Amino acid sequence: MTRSLQPGRLNPLDVVRLAGYGLRARPLRMVLSALGIAIGIAAMVAVVGISASSRAQLDQLLDSLGTNLLTAGPGSTLFGEEATLPDESVAMVGRIRLVETVTAIGQLPDAKVYRTDKIPVPQSGGIGVYAVRTDLLETVGATVATGTWLNNATAQYPSVVLGAKTAERIGIGAIYEDTQIWLGGRWFTVIGILDPVPLVSRLDLGALIGWEAGRRYLGFDGDITTLYIRTNPDAVESVRGLLARTINPARPNEVDVSRPSDALAAQAAAKTTFTGLLLGLGAVALLVGGIGVANTMVISVLERRTEIGLRRSLGATRGHIRVQFLTEALLLSVLGGGAGILLGSGVTAVYATLQGWPTVVPAWVMAGGITSTLMIGGVAGLYPALRAARVAPAEVLATT
Amino acid sequence: MSNLPEAFITLRGVRREYPGGVVALNGVDLDIDRGELVAIIGPSGSGKTTMLNVMGTLDRPSDGQVVIDGFNVAELSDTELSALRAFRIGFVFQHFHLAPGVSALDNVADGLLYTGTSIHERRERAEAALRRVGLGHRLTHRPHEISGGEKQRTAIARAVVREPELLLADEPTGALDSHSGEDVMRVLLDLHETGTTIVVITHEHVVATRLPRQVSMLDGRVVDDRMEILA
Repeated sequence: MTRSLQPGRLNPLDVVRLAGYGLRARPLRMVLSALGIAIGIAAMVAVVGISASSRAQLDQLLDSLGTNLLTAGPGSTLFGEEATLPDESVAMVGRIRLVETVTAIGQLPDAKVYRTDKIPVPQSGGIGVYAVRTDLLETVGATVATGTWLNNATAQYPSVVLGAKTAERIGIGAIYEDTQIWLGGRWFTVIGILDPVPLVSRLDLGALIGWEAGRRYLGFDGDITTLYIRTNPDAVESVRGLLARTINPARPNEVDVSRPSDALAAQAAAKTTFTGLLLGLGAVALLVGGIGVANTMVISVLERRTEIGLRRSLGATRGHIRVQFLTEALLLSVLGGGAGILLGSGVTAVYATLQGWPTVVPAWVMAGGITSTLMIGGVAGLYPALRAARVAPAEVLATT
Repeated sequence: MSNLPEAFITLRGVRREYPGGVVALNGVDLDIDRGELVAIIGPSGSGKTTMLNVMGTLDRPSDGQVVIDGFNVAELSDTELSALRAFRIGFVFQHFHLAPGVSALDNVADGLLYTGTSIHERRERAEAALRRVGLGHRLTHRPHEISGGEKQRTAIARAVVREPELLLADEPTGALDSHSGEDVMRVLLDLHETGTTIVVITHEHVVATRLPRQVSMLDGRVVDDRMEILA
């Protein structure tokens, strides 16, 4: 017979089995307290997932649109007056090495667009009329939804291509041979409608006519409103640095150069502030869930004093009892956390699918979710476990 | 008969006072040898259960000396006492304390949980222990599916599955009808035959008189200790 008194070791599998038994004994309570954790985790996973999905969609969009589009427009002079771009600027920019294409549009501020000539003058709908060059489409990455784009012939005559919102606003869905609109005091034939142009959203609410047609029928003076420049993708920054001086060597400060893809990215960044707030709300839900687990475990310890006493009589040390209840709390939280991750991913998938985005739930969120539930379970289970270990076996076994 | 060197349990001047001034044990001297079968008898409130808890190391005396199998309880840590219980002492309670919703086999197997035995071996030995108490046909039954006597025999199987040298039974037949009580007594007598030291606490004289030695208690003291030569 051995004369040393070494307690037996509890196999980790047995510890998990014990914890599982404790939870199975009261299934409804287990589900309800796990639900608290699940909701918190689901909220955080969904918030991060949805914002990641939206970013993935933006990345895809930028990928397809390209980030190598630059715009240059006349800014204002030092004295605050509106500046203009010199006529030769298109040709000058075109001579910069690494510029792939360059095109210009000119706004006709006095021309208004109406569905017919019967519509009262004030109801112009805020639609802008632009004289454009035929290479606008490929430079800004726009596509035609229905009809055709302007060509060298139609650009000479009263033909117009509508932006996506323009078509919607004046009520043109399909194009027939005789579809016409009242533009600048005369009839123009509608030959095409564009898809939305994410990088140049002003075109969406525009009516586009040929450069020549503008001069010929509407008294367009050829002033350039904006230049669109597509550069070699690796040379965007260096071209950007050269643009102002190339376009207006005398007063480079009067030229506004920008990169439309930056604006889209900035929009996305603005959304992350909101994400932070929602994450905070998720964290509060998680905290409340953790308190629920602690509460459940405290009650469980009170109810199971006899079981604890019995286990002590079977030779369980205080450590065995502590580990059993701590593991039970951890298991409870992890079950909740696992359900929360599934729920949050599901919500993300549904939302992203409805928005037509790719579904992205970053791995770090899942890892973070499990880690935080483990931490919460540990903290929530610590006090109940300590209490369970302090139960005096003689008292609880004698009273029943 | 006291002070024999082979005593398994030695109590010397054991006193147990609870907060509030209740004295449950008031200077108890007692020796129980290896292999004995002892009844501790007395009315309720006489200190029987406290005595059992002290012998089983579930409770420490306020004063006096308790030696179990050569170990002085006062010198052992809580963890060492747990190990002492795990490997040497089995308990049987009046109300069985079986885990609800768990099969008889797994209830008994839990008796080995804290001895570092693999689950496979635990189940094997649990089955043997259940057969030993005559419940070979109840392995997969859960506590609510078996009778009171069978529950108590399951609890005994759980206590003896570790093959403890000492079995402490607190009113083992107290919650049973006479027929089931008889089954339980027979199991205890069988265990005694195989050499287990058994202490049975009871307030029933019928039970006590069937055991070879009867220790009577009153107001926390041993008032009588008689040995009977059973035919």
